[in-house]
Amino acid sequence: MADRVFEPGVTAGRLDPAAYEAHFSDLHPPLDKHEAVVAADRCYFCHDAPCITACPTDIDIPLFIRQIATGTPDAAAKTILSQNIMGGMCARVCPTEQLCEEACVREMAEGKPVLIGQLQRYATDHLQVQGVHPFVRAEPTGKRVAVVGAGPAGLSAAHRLAMLGHDVVVYDAKPKAGGLNEYGIATYKTPDGFAQGEVDWLLKIGGITVETGRALGADLSLEGLRAKFDAVFLGMGLGGVNALGVEGADKDGVLDAVDFIAELRQASDVASVPVGRDVVVIGGGMTAIDAAVQSKLLGALNVTLVYRRGRDAMNASVFEQDLAASKGVRIVTHATPKAVHGNGSVREIEFDYVGDDMMPTGQTLRLAADQVFKAIGQTLEGDALPDLEGRKIAVDTNGRTSVKGVWAGGDCASGGDDLTVTAVAEGRDAAMDIHADLSGSV
Amino acid sequence: MADLTTDFLGIKSPNPFWLASAPPTDKEYNVRRAFEAGWGGVVWKTLGMEGPPVVNVNGPRYGVIHGADRRVLGLNNIELITDRDLQTNLDEITRVKRDWPDRAMIVSIMVPCEEQAWKDILPKVEATGADGIELNFGCPHGMSERGMGAAVGQVPEYIEMVTRWCKQYYSKPVIVKLTPNITDIRKPAEAARRGGADAVSLINTINSIVSVDLDTMSPHPSIDGKGTHGGYCGPAVKPIALSMVSEIARAPATAGMPISGIGGVTTWRDAAEYITMGCGNVQVCTAAMTYGFKIVQEMISGLSEWMDEKGHTSIDDFMGAAVPNTTDWQYLNLNYIAKAQINQEDCISCGRCYAACEDTSHQAIAMSEDRTFTVIEEECVACNLCVEVCPVENCITMVEMDAGTVDPRTGKVVEDTYANWTTHPNNPSATAAE
Ligand SMILES: Cc1cc2nc3c(=O)[nH]c(=O)nc-3n(C[C@H](O)[C@H](O)[C@H](O)COP(=O)(O)OP(=O)(O)OC[C@H]3O[C@@H](n4cnc5c(N)ncnc54)[C@H](O)[C@@H]3O)c2cc1C
Ligand SMILES: Cc1cc2nc3c(=O)[nH]c(=O)nc-3n(C[C@H](O)[C@H](O)[C@H](O)COP(=O)(O)O)c2cc1C
Ligand code: SF4
Ligand code: SF4
Ligand code: SF4
Repeated sequence: MADRVFEPGVTAGRLDPAAYEAHFSDLHPPLDKHEAVVAADRCYFCHDAPCITACPTDIDIPLFIRQIATGTPDAAAKTILSQNIMGGMCARVCPTEQLCEEACVREMAEGKPVLIGQLQRYATDHLQVQGVHPFVRAEPTGKRVAVVGAGPAGLSAAHRLAMLGHDVVVYDAKPKAGGLNEYGIATYKTPDGFAQGEVDWLLKIGGITVETGRALGADLSLEGLRAKFDAVFLGMGLGGVNALGVEGADKDGVLDAVDFIAELRQASDVASVPVGRDVVVIGGGMTAIDAAVQSKLLGALNVTLVYRRGRDAMNASVFEQDLAASKGVRIVTHATPKAVHGNGSVREIEFDYVGDDMMPTGQTLRLAADQVFKAIGQTLEGDALPDLEGRKIAVDTNGRTSVKGVWAGGDCASGGDDLTVTAVAEGRDAAMDIHADLSGSV
Repeated sequence: MADLTTDFLGIKSPNPFWLASAPPTDKEYNVRRAFEAGWGGVVWKTLGMEGPPVVNVNGPRYGVIHGADRRVLGLNNIELITDRDLQTNLDEITRVKRDWPDRAMIVSIMVPCEEQAWKDILPKVEATGADGIELNFGCPHGMSERGMGAAVGQVPEYIEMVTRWCKQYYSKPVIVKLTPNITDIRKPAEAARRGGADAVSLINTINSIVSVDLDTMSPHPSIDGKGTHGGYCGPAVKPIALSMVSEIARAPATAGMPISGIGGVTTWRDAAEYITMGCGNVQVCTAAMTYGFKIVQEMISGLSEWMDEKGHTSIDDFMGAAVPNTTDWQYLNLNYIAKAQINQEDCISCGRCYAACEDTSHQAIAMSEDRTFTVIEEECVACNLCVEVCPVENCITMVEMDAGTVDPRTGKVVEDTYANWTTHPNNPSATAAE
């Protein structure tokens, strides 16, 4: 162990270079051909397969696995990508243990599902490394669609619309396209620039212009887009974060977990990203887990994830919780922040232990903290948007909003869980509805 | 994407995958769903004579040889031809063909070996609008005891006779389906050709008893304590069928006759192999019975992907491509010399190659104290056994020896020339090379 792990305060370079390399490489190394065929052989080719039903994008899983088993991984990739153009990313980031693999009949029977996610990665990687784009555009329709947000929802919609012959302009506020694929997903789930590579590959369909650094609410308005385009798709995700709302929350070192994660994803060298010796993460979702795990991987000595309810209520799957535990993250439950202490910068954070009714029990907990990462949920930003349902844009099952000619999908839209794969599904389905609308068939 | 359209005897289908005459094609309900799933054509479940239909057993009809994970490797059945009324079948065929004009619809027929029986049924079948007929001379159980099916298929003269009647009383293509339960498959194929058949299809099922229940002492499937031989099909029969197909494709008397390949087609690759062996299309039964109609999607995508990769734009491009390379043993090049080679990086040291070679082959693999396995070239005859038993694909490969090098086993220089058994000095009836 390098000495610098004991160094107090927030500092970069706590580990030696080899440790960083090992910590941020692929979480699940890819299957080789032999492993893929052995894994594929376990699939029963179920009728009306439960795994398909469990996949938000309805990928024909038994078919693509059989295509792998019969030696045609590129055909398998086409089966996947025709339903889910980000099948490569989803293979890496989907919580399969809560989706397809949970539903697999072999999970029921033996507790060992077919490795659907890893097989999906095998197939999509096989096609994508060849630089082949398997779809071709339909004849141009002359219709133009604006997409706001180049995350999974926006890019999925854009790809489908372009494939159907429409011209698409994608606007994104950030300097790079990809949304949370580029700025949010844990580094070890998508190393080696995969996110950017996938965006470049996706855009090969043609007919899509991406304009980065352009934000709705800043230089673009919904009214303006409606006037210029035949349809608008909103896929801007959740740009804001919830406030902690306790005494001392404005102290230095109290940060948004998503900002920390984005900094890490964008760093050219992870060793340059500073991290505290004592880190506390507040939240119970994927963002909290990712912030906690990556703090630990950066060399933080003590990382505690504090969640206000019990483990079973956490949004993060059991797999994710176990991953955090295996990396040395301590998980504390039933505690809510009470106050942040410190002189200018955070030194300690104090929690109330709470009962199931969220009422303080009178017991408290104080944790040393050089950094506190808030991961207590993201919020929709912006005004002059279509009607909301709760805190998101209200949509019907086809992604239509209250404003004519405006659709929405992904994290910013109501319904669905906030997952990459759901965003892809909603973008695709809205695109189909936009297409039907523009072709005058509805 | 490659064009999978097939023209077999002038019968067009969008792909070469047809369902064989069997339960999958037993009725309108199935066949409509099969077409929806993408099958290129069907051979309707064999029709019998007008009158009360045959009666099937009411107990188990199937027995199976399972592989690991209960994979179906071989299927045995004792089912008869259709047990539904003739007119019902004919009406259904008419309706389905009318609604699916682009798919091949072939009607399988089995009636007694009497001219009148054929004369009666053929016009009725013709009236359905189906694209052709297939004569079931293959069913090896039940029907054969009644002088039909394999009982006809085993007598070339009967095949010729019935085929001739069919050509006389029916105007569209006639396919003769052959039984493999015969010593020389070329004979019935020749008879079919003599009778005027447009094509042969093969194979029907092989006589089989899959297992015996050691408690009840009854063969499986057991009907009230007794069993009978059934017909074997599925992946296990493919090598037998493929060899029979090759015989017909190669024999001068039958060469060039259109063939519909049947037997164990389970993946696109099996189909491609049958086509390279001279088949114009394939028929599938067990794979559909094991996995459902949807299996055809993999066959279609796999075949077209492979064709694209190889640059084949149509089925005709590679049809029969393996026939010229299928020859008699006596013409194999005895100057072709190879040696097994073990890739130590891939080897997992299981020792299976050693056990196989040491105990049953040529003692040509050495095993060291630390479990390193290496080929002893002085002993290796290149039999390929180690390659096939090694659990790691491509870990052991056969490497051809270059001409001019010395084979350490024989001490002879590897020659550049082709020389087969017909000219070999050890052959008592050798003739000098021309
Ligand atoms: C840290 C973290 C880890 C996650 N890990 C996983 C995981 O492992 N697996 C998983 O399935 N899901 C995960 N998720 C959730 C997943 O990333 C999201 O559900 C998904 O990215 C939503 O896609 P989207 O297209 O709706 O939004 P986003 O990916 O958020 O994309 C929205 C895009 O819109 C742009 N934008 C925002 N506002 C504007 C504006 N006003 N004008 C123009 N552009 C704008 C943004 O810059 C962004 O590029 C994670 C989320 C986070 C935060
Ligand atoms: C249950 C069953 C019933 C069959 N019935 C018929 C039949 O009525 N007529 C016929 O020509 N072949 C029949 N066959 C044979 C098949 O058509 C086919 O020739 C054989 O099963 C080999 O193909 P496969 O290996 O794809 O199953 C039957 C096969 C099975 C398994
Ligand atoms: S449920 Fe499991 S076994 Fe069944 S088709 Fe899906 S992956 Fe295969
Ligand atoms: S497969 Fe269907 S018909 Fe046959 S025994 Fe089972 S339930 Fe009965
Ligand atoms: S069978 Fe294959 S893996 Fe096993 S010892 Fe021999 S070469 Fe190695």
